[in-house]
Amino acid sequence: MFGWVSWRDLILAWRHRADVLATLFFFIIVTSLFPLGIGPEPQTLQTIAPGVVWVAALLASMLSLGRIFGNDYQDGTLEQLLLTPQPAYLIVLAKVLAHWLVSEVPLVIIAPVLGLQFGLSENTLLIVVVSLLLGTPVLSLIGAIGAALTLGLRAANVLVALLVLPLYIPVLIFGTGAIQATVNGTGTKPWLLLLGAILVLAFVFAPWATSAALKISVE
Amino acid sequence: MSTRRINWYKYAAPANFYPLAGKMIPFFTVVTVLLFIIGLYVGFFVAPTDFQQGESYRIIFIHVPAAWMGMFLYVLMAVYAGLGWAFNARLGSMMATAISTTGAIFTFISLVTGSLWGRPAWGVYWVWDARMTSTLILMFLYIGFISLQASIDDSRRADRAGAVLALVGLINVPIIYFSVQWWNTLHQGATFTARSFKMAPSMLSAMLILMAACWMYSIAVVLVRVRCIIREREREAPWLAEAVA
Repeated sequence: MFGWVSWRDLILAWRHRADVLATLFFFIIVTSLFPLGIGPEPQTLQTIAPGVVWVAALLASMLSLGRIFGNDYQDGTLEQLLLTPQPAYLIVLAKVLAHWLVSEVPLVIIAPVLGLQFGLSENTLLIVVVSLLLGTPVLSLIGAIGAALTLGLRAANVLVALLVLPLYIPVLIFGTGAIQATVNGTGTKPWLLLLGAILVLAFVFAPWATSAALKISVE
Repeated sequence: MSTRRINWYKYAAPANFYPLAGKMIPFFTVVTVLLFIIGLYVGFFVAPTDFQQGESYRIIFIHVPAAWMGMFLYVLMAVYAGLGWAFNARLGSMMATAISTTGAIFTFISLVTGSLWGRPAWGVYWVWDARMTSTLILMFLYIGFISLQASIDDSRRADRAGAVLALVGLINVPIIYFSVQWWNTLHQGATFTARSFKMAPSMLSAMLILMAACWMYSIAVVLVRVRCIIREREREAPWLAEAVA
């Protein structure tokens, strides 16, 4: 069941690949706007790079949150899924996994290329990837709560930003902290460990909150 | 008298709570006004001028109580929302909705007074120090809660969705607080920490009296608000027509 739900979401995403690509291009365009807005001095760009990459990743991942449950809610699939004897926790986790693979992993893959635009060293690029790998699942997990709460509401897209972005702040701080620590040569490890700790916490609690929210919204 | 126990369940029903709240409001209003008068008098006329900051430190008398209320009320709101959700108690959810507005207002007051105090104390209106930043994020959490409830038409769903969000926020508050602190130490913002100045006893008592005044004000205002919410939601109920008439 777990695999089936994820696989189905992946197939659906493949059939709407333009949506996935749009998120990716949004990420690329937003990060490219910053040098244009701030100026091309390498020193400045290096300083702002961690924040720019992470903030753009937050915004890009938020754009696709509506798709986690939105279509299934509209055609009634979600209700059927929740009626199955499977625990809602696993269904949520499966859908979050699919969302992460579809919407976040491409960002993680493209991020080092964007990092080059900001003059980051190879060593730092590696940390960019590692921190994003640890942090983006949290974005999907927490974002799913917001997506479930706003199902079928007017202006759900703006609302989800208001709900979810404040909750993303620790991930942003630890993710950028890891990259900055590499740039400054101070220890990277604590930041990555903190990101990992948040991932574990979100993994345990977020799907539970999401399934509670789904039951409230579907009712 | 002493053996009589209060039946709490009775007052969990809006029909019984509505008149009770109506009786409590005048009392808390009077206490609020008295405490504000005493507290402001002590704050402005009894408390001495600070030798470092001059008169500008007096903003602390409203700033600190407002900041505390903002935090306490968030916890209280989450607790009420959780009770309303877990026990299907409408009144709990209504209390949470009523508290959210007051909490957001206090958080906003603490941000504004903080930045007004920052100008004379630090020379700038805003610094990204840990406390101000986490208060700002608390404000965002309130805004999320209020706007989520505002955009759901079905009041039952609004109550429960709000409860989930408030509880998720409550778990997140300590994480956010510590992450902001670490972020702050990483970026060497510590040079701006509020200079702890020695508080004369009269200063402290003014602050505590105003703290109590803010509590009483919150209770009075939340009760008024919750009565409005009851009237709005139970407008079809026959008891309300009797109670209002």
